[in-house]
Amino acid sequence: MTALLSVEDVRVTFPVGGLFARLAGGPGEIEAVAGVSFEIGRGECFALVGESGSGKTTLARAIIGLQEVASGTLHFEGAEITGLGPAALKPVRRRMAMMFQDPVGSLSPRLSVRALLAEPFRIHGLTDRDLEAEVRRLLALVGLPPEFAGRYPHQLSGGQARRIGVARAIALDPVLIVADEPTAGLDVSVQGDVLNLLNDLRERLGLSLLIITHNLHVVRQVADRMAVMYLGRFVETGETEAIFAAPRHPYSAALISANPEPDPDAARNRIALPAEVPSLLARPSGCEFHTRCPWVRERCASEAPPLGDGARRVLCHYPLEPGDFAAPGMSSGIVEAGGPGGARSSPSEGAG
Amino acid sequence: MNVLSVRDLTVEFRTPGGRLRALDRVSFEVGKGRILGVVGESGCGKSTLINAILGLLAENGEITSGTIRMSDGRDLTKLGDAELRAIRGQRISTVFQDPMGALNPVLSIGRQMRDIQYRLPLSRAEKDARSVEMLRKVRIPDPESRLVQYPHEFSGGMKQRIAIAMALMMEPELLIADEPTTALDATLEVATIELLKELQRDIGCAVLFISHHLGVIAELCDAVIVMYAGAVVERGEIGTIFHHPAHPYTERLLECDPGRLHERVGRLPTIPGEIPDLRQRPAGCIFAPRCHRAEPRCAEPPPDRSVGPGHVARCWLAGETAEARA
Amino acid sequence: MSSVAEPARPRHAGLAALGRVLAEPMGLFGLALVVLVIVSAVFADQLAAYNPTRMMPRDRFADPGWTHLMGTDHLGRDLFARVLHGGRIALWVALVATSISLALGAVLGLIAGYGPRWLDNLLILIFDAVKSFPTVMLALTLVTLFGPSLTAVMVVVVLVATPSYARVIRTQTMALKTSEFILAARAMGAGMGRILRVHVLPNVIGPVLILASMDIPVVIAIEAGMSFLGLGVRPPTPSWGAILNDGFTNIRETPWIAVAGGLPVILTTLGFTFLGETLRDVFDPRLRREG
Ligand SMILES: Nc1ncnc2c1ncn2[C@@H]1O[C@H](COP(=O)(O)OP(=O)(O)OP(=O)(O)O)[C@@H](O)[C@H]1O
Ligand SMILES: Nc1ncnc2c1ncn2[C@@H]1O[C@H](COP(=O)(O)OP(=O)(O)OP(=O)(O)O)[C@@H](O)[C@H]1O
Ligand code: SF4
Ligand SMILES: [Mg+2]
Ligand SMILES: [Mg+2]
Repeated sequence: MTALLSVEDVRVTFPVGGLFARLAGGPGEIEAVAGVSFEIGRGECFALVGESGSGKTTLARAIIGLQEVASGTLHFEGAEITGLGPAALKPVRRRMAMMFQDPVGSLSPRLSVRALLAEPFRIHGLTDRDLEAEVRRLLALVGLPPEFAGRYPHQLSGGQARRIGVARAIALDPVLIVADEPTAGLDVSVQGDVLNLLNDLRERLGLSLLIITHNLHVVRQVADRMAVMYLGRFVETGETEAIFAAPRHPYSAALISANPEPDPDAARNRIALPAEVPSLLARPSGCEFHTRCPWVRERCASEAPPLGDGARRVLCHYPLEPGDFAAPGMSSGIVEAGGPGGARSSPSEGAG
Repeated sequence: MNVLSVRDLTVEFRTPGGRLRALDRVSFEVGKGRILGVVGESGCGKSTLINAILGLLAENGEITSGTIRMSDGRDLTKLGDAELRAIRGQRISTVFQDPMGALNPVLSIGRQMRDIQYRLPLSRAEKDARSVEMLRKVRIPDPESRLVQYPHEFSGGMKQRIAIAMALMMEPELLIADEPTTALDATLEVATIELLKELQRDIGCAVLFISHHLGVIAELCDAVIVMYAGAVVERGEIGTIFHHPAHPYTERLLECDPGRLHERVGRLPTIPGEIPDLRQRPAGCIFAPRCHRAEPRCAEPPPDRSVGPGHVARCWLAGETAEARA
Repeated sequence: MSSVAEPARPRHAGLAALGRVLAEPMGLFGLALVVLVIVSAVFADQLAAYNPTRMMPRDRFADPGWTHLMGTDHLGRDLFARVLHGGRIALWVALVATSISLALGAVLGLIAGYGPRWLDNLLILIFDAVKSFPTVMLALTLVTLFGPSLTAVMVVVVLVATPSYARVIRTQTMALKTSEFILAARAMGAGMGRILRVHVLPNVIGPVLILASMDIPVVIAIEAGMSFLGLGVRPPTPSWGAILNDGFTNIRETPWIAVAGGLPVILTTLGFTFLGETLRDVFDPRLRREG
């Protein structure tokens, strides 16, 4: 089976600083996405998690053609779509929809909900359809009453705006939805509705999903596979269940251990990370996580670890073994440190 | 001593289809140095509550009854624009839900952070130094060089953290945070929680914290109010609400949290039914149409029943024993 | 798409704005003057008893009175009729020239703000070049080239006004360019034309409309000024500037002619300025928070 979307070694850079900064020997650009490869199969749900500012949104925008890629290739439904212009991308954009991170900000402020939902049809010249009926259908699909058609974005709550975003994304029956934080700002019940809705579409229409989210509980419930991003790279890729059961990259382990549990009395055994997030302007040498890694060893600072290949990929010299660490609320609830042969330094534990 | 106390607050919006009651007799208080969480259905009026407190309701909205008092006893609903502006700048800071909307897209971050310090008798360099300090606290890498950048050059989570940094600059008496951590990854979310706790210890400010992430609420807050369709259906200490919810809505809400599911399920639990049309509120209990415990008496408006110390629920069944309910 | 439920916002906002304009004494006064000028220009034929270009040699320099409300000029033309018809010309020039400047400014500003960097730089260069040319020089050059005419007046106005409208639109467009709703439109496959028309224009046009309403008195003054100098409308077409000129030649004997030419210019300018400023105060986004 060929993958629906395949991303190969994609890099995205942004120019930084003025002319002076560059003349003064600054790097001149940052690599927001630094060589990422993965595939999404038909009907699959792939989740992207990771540090805030690690390049998730940038990667999503590159996939949908809103952001130029510096190198690497993108294939969608077997055809290369890297670097296509807006005209050539137009048919692709009917098959691939994006939901944006900012629920209200991604809706045109002067358009009514009716006009917003009719917009995809208008853009693609499908005006022979009964747009009023389509609008009602879409509103019903996302669980909003038809009266909402007359509202303007500033008259919606955050969650209602989010549902309009979902409705707009599914308007033209795409095969891939790239959803940037599709449930941020939703209460858990509506969040369940939205995810169930996306899941239904996935089952009924064979839709594929690329979900970016910070909510690890959601990832665990919906994603088949996931990738953890750090400073523009995938540090760990694999089956969701496997990663949650036993994260192998120290950053994944820290992330999963930090996940807040809905219980005020829960014991919180966290892997605390030093606060200094490295800058993209001065990427650390060797393993880029070594400045914050609780398990760092000498080699890490000088030598970049290989990503490896196969279904489970970990960008680390000394991937954690299942016994090294177990996330709270998962199998044992006890934090254990100690690597192969006890050679690891102990991770500092967060205050409970 | 309460930093904020809200009594019977009702807010209505004028809409083409009639008046929409977005808040219905909301009452609660936030004590000094306390962190009060607000949870509830999307669209239940959390942002409206904040806007009412700040005197920033949309043009078609109005406070039709109730009082909002600060620690000095002044009723914010009675104050004029100028007085409210002074309070907003100094005594109450807010981190708004929409991080993009809170930052001006055409001004650099440094300029915006300098602008909010206009009341301080400091030089430009000193103000910038404070900004850098604050940005570092919220973990923005390279704060010095990023002061000259514009909002769109930051990721969603960074904008959120910048908004938090700006809200904390003036060391307010009350910090209102509308979902300040939704755009943050778990490690930063936890760090932000720690930061808020630390700040609250340092300057003793009270916090009104809105979030849909029950895990964050559980971890950060001392007490919580649960809202549904504009009404506070339940309020109480954090442990009580999470372990012994008295209102059926709270019960269902907690059950829906995927954080409680330790197994992967095909369909996520949801609360069946629709949010009521706020323009035609049902006469009885607002939650009755979706309530799994509804009884005939629920067609009458339920009282605010006290269930335990500081624990109140707006439900006929509240306080009746579990056996009686089952 | 026609629909059952009309969107709430524009109608309410429009009414509310009108209400607030009327609540301001300055706005009320401005609006009253503007309405007066417009009505008298539109119904000039009905209100004036004479044809503005009809010469009545026997009635030359007639004093104001019941037969000729404002008297007559050196050719015996009824001044009242000339003033009303002159208003027509003034408003017509203001309307046409401002609309053209607005349309042109909007298109150029949108392109400069949204298009590629080099195009922006080029357009800005052109705007600056045009702006740096003094208005009087511009007018003289054009008249030397094409002769005095109403068209010359309009061209001058368009050349002067377009760059400033375009600049305002450009700045705002640039601020919107990176916002998520524009990205969302691009992601849906919308072309540049549609994005600019449907998603950008409605968000940037407001301030320029206010700017334009404040420019109307300037345009009226330019028209009057050029006609006064003989660079605008050609006789015998009535124009406030031309009347003023006639008035000045005979100011000692018949001062009312100069008054008849000058007063309408002053009143109209005042009316539009007051109205424009009130509108700006009502709509200025910096003074108001949108819900
Ligand atoms: N237009 C831009 N110009 C310069 N830098 C940018 C731009 N857009 C993003 N960046 C930088 O690229 C990096 C990645 O940003 P991105 O928005 O992709 O992060 P993210 O993973 O989506 O984060 P979050 O979870 O907080 O939304 C950040 O350091 C950001 O500052
Ligand atoms: N200006 C307005 N005009 C009309 N209705 C409005 C307006 N602002 C908000 N509403 C309605 O009032 C209700 C409460 O909205 P509010 O934004 O306070 O919800 P919220 O609790 O903050 O939701 P979320 O968690 O989704 O952000 C919603 O039903 C919303 O549609
Ligand atoms: S390579 Fe070293 S520093 Fe990097 S994550 Fe692995 S153990 Fe930590
Ligand atoms: Mg993002
Ligand atoms: Mg809200």
